[in-house]
Amino acid sequence: MTTDSEKGLLDRSDTRVRHETGIADTLRAFAGRVRAGDLGSLPVVVGLVIICTVFTSLNPIFIAPNNLVNLLYDCSAVGMISLGIVCVLLLGEIDLSVGSMSGVASALLGVFWVNAGLPLPVVLAMALVAGAAVGAIYALLRVSFGMPSFVATLSGLLALLGFQLYLLGNSGSINLPYGSWMVNFGQLMVMPDWLSHLLALAPGVAILVLGMRRRANRARSRLHPGSGRGLLVKALAVTVGLELAVFYLNLGRGVPWMFGFFALLVMIMNYAITRTRWGRSVLAVGGNAEAARRAGINVKRVYFSCFMLCSTLAALGGILSASRLATSSQQAGTGDVNLNAIAAAVIGGTSLFGGRGSAWSAILGIIVIQSISNGLTLLNLSSSWRYMITGAVLAIAVIVDALARRSRTQHGRA
Amino acid sequence: MEQPIPALKLSGISKNFGAVSALTEIDLEVHPGEVVALVGDNGAGKSTLVKIMAGVHQPSSGDIAFEGQPVTLNGPSAALRLGIATVFQDLALCENLDVVANIFLGQELNPIALDETAMEVRAWTLLNELAARIPSVRDVVASLSGGQRQTVAIARSLLLDPKIIMLDEPTAALGVAQTAEVLNMIERVKARGIGVIMISHNMEDVRAVADRIVVLRLGRNNGVFLSTDSNEDLIGAITGASDNAVSRRAARRVEAPT
Ligand SMILES: Nc1ncnc2c1ncn2[C@@H]1O[C@H](COP(=O)(O)OP(=O)(O)OP(=O)(O)O)[C@@H](O)[C@H]1O
Ligand SMILES: [Mg+2]
Repeated sequence: MTTDSEKGLLDRSDTRVRHETGIADTLRAFAGRVRAGDLGSLPVVVGLVIICTVFTSLNPIFIAPNNLVNLLYDCSAVGMISLGIVCVLLLGEIDLSVGSMSGVASALLGVFWVNAGLPLPVVLAMALVAGAAVGAIYALLRVSFGMPSFVATLSGLLALLGFQLYLLGNSGSINLPYGSWMVNFGQLMVMPDWLSHLLALAPGVAILVLGMRRRANRARSRLHPGSGRGLLVKALAVTVGLELAVFYLNLGRGVPWMFGFFALLVMIMNYAITRTRWGRSVLAVGGNAEAARRAGINVKRVYFSCFMLCSTLAALGGILSASRLATSSQQAGTGDVNLNAIAAAVIGGTSLFGGRGSAWSAILGIIVIQSISNGLTLLNLSSSWRYMITGAVLAIAVIVDALARRSRTQHGRA
Repeated sequence: MEQPIPALKLSGISKNFGAVSALTEIDLEVHPGEVVALVGDNGAGKSTLVKIMAGVHQPSSGDIAFEGQPVTLNGPSAALRLGIATVFQDLALCENLDVVANIFLGQELNPIALDETAMEVRAWTLLNELAARIPSVRDVVASLSGGQRQTVAIARSLLLDPKIIMLDEPTAALGVAQTAEVLNMIERVKARGIGVIMISHNMEDVRAVADRIVVLRLGRNNGVFLSTDSNEDLIGAITGASDNAVSRRAARRVEAPT
């Protein structure tokens, strides 16, 4: 639908293409994308609404502000691990050892900070470097021996678990000192109300300012600037949504600093994936590694960066969960941590097949997983039920992913 | 008189894939502003030769000289740095990325804050030069037709102002107008002093633009022709004999005119 005012725009020369301009058109375009299997974060939002309704009707405590604050604390640690998983999934690879890696990091914290008395920053750096080193080993195995990452990381899972047990020795578990900054960060510290409201404004403002700048840029370059009203609606929706959420959380204890830290890293990762050359290379290697190589991309470096990021974030997640539980134990990182982290990324909409996904999927997915786990705990269901239900949810997410992929292929959007 | 230095010169290039010798002792040179057509039957080794010049494969033996200097092309980025751009037969595009991202892959403007607007403008300019019919450069490549993808791959090769462009069957999937534009493009870059190596099975296209026609047969050099040489000689060199399927067919048509 080329109008007169659009004549002469570089990107409006093909008259066969319907260009959406108004809000109704934007909605129609969205529906079309969904039908073609370009689901984005739609399934997870729908899923979240269903989960909240069901659990709230079963036990109203679920929706209480303080329960949601606790939920956000729980989300931050595993969510951080999940953020790393997004990086390797974008490459079409996997890291099955993130749980054990987080366990090793928490053991390092206990042994060297609590028992040996080394300064906290040194121990934190040590844990993160250990994570990076483990990731580098996986990348090395992948690029120089062509070892499939699921095998390399599966052996890593066992080796790291052994190392964690070795570090903790006979003691089994080490308690982190109550009252220390580390434990306060994981259990108590929340943002002041005014600051949380201010920060909740930031994303909307950023969307608006960057969007206006982009529109001006495009108009100057003879490209269609896109809908201004759509931009306004989006910024407004984000701001209202965040302010309401913050208001509600402030009725309870408030917004945890730990969650703020997690959200910040998600935003940085989102920027890196969508707006930098590195992110482009990651998506390219995940889509077609040989094409990326022929375009002159250093594919090996991309593998190294992603695997190292993944393990480092797993170590960070381990530290956060140690501070959340105020202990570093042999159980840290075992059980469902691994699968929860991977499931969160997939549920959030990052494809297992590589080349498609976003950093937001870590945050969305982990909220789904933790809501289920939290809701089931409120219903006094044992972990046996939690495992079974989380397993089923992961299976559903993977089925949705596979079906969406098939639909994309049929609609030429692979 | 002193010989001009070729932009790219291969001498004695051989390539083995295990027991298969895909190329044996190949010599080839292309000068600035020259169009060399590389022809040969299926499996003759044309794409393999192009991949060696693009740094994708390493030769088993032989020497490569770029502007008179010996070079080793130990990876695609080495070739790209020298200014050797390639359109591969299998196109090598990332289907999950949009057209702009594919054209600029590995060469994005402003690495830590991608300049999407400038990249999009440049992409449209390149595509318009090739008379591309592409609905939107923000669509993923998976949604494009074969010919549209080929145009995207060609646009990508033009991005960096290369010194040598290699086109492996660039017009195989193109429509009439787009083929003509690609041939025009070849003449335009030739006029700018760029060396062009073009692979095609279409002798009409080859004769239209090539200064020299290099024939490969079963991985060996099998003669160099000019576009004025007779079709019979050329076909003979490609197929390896004067008695072959093509000449028998031609003879049949002469005997029994419709
Ligand atoms: N990666 C590889 N591994 C093993 N053999 C290969 C490989 N690539 C090419 N070959 C072999 O090398 C020979 C030449 O192949 P090449 O692709 O260069 O042919 P071509 O001249 O481009 O043919 P076409 O006209 O069909 O494109 C073939 O016999 C092929 O089987
Ligand atoms: Mg070929």
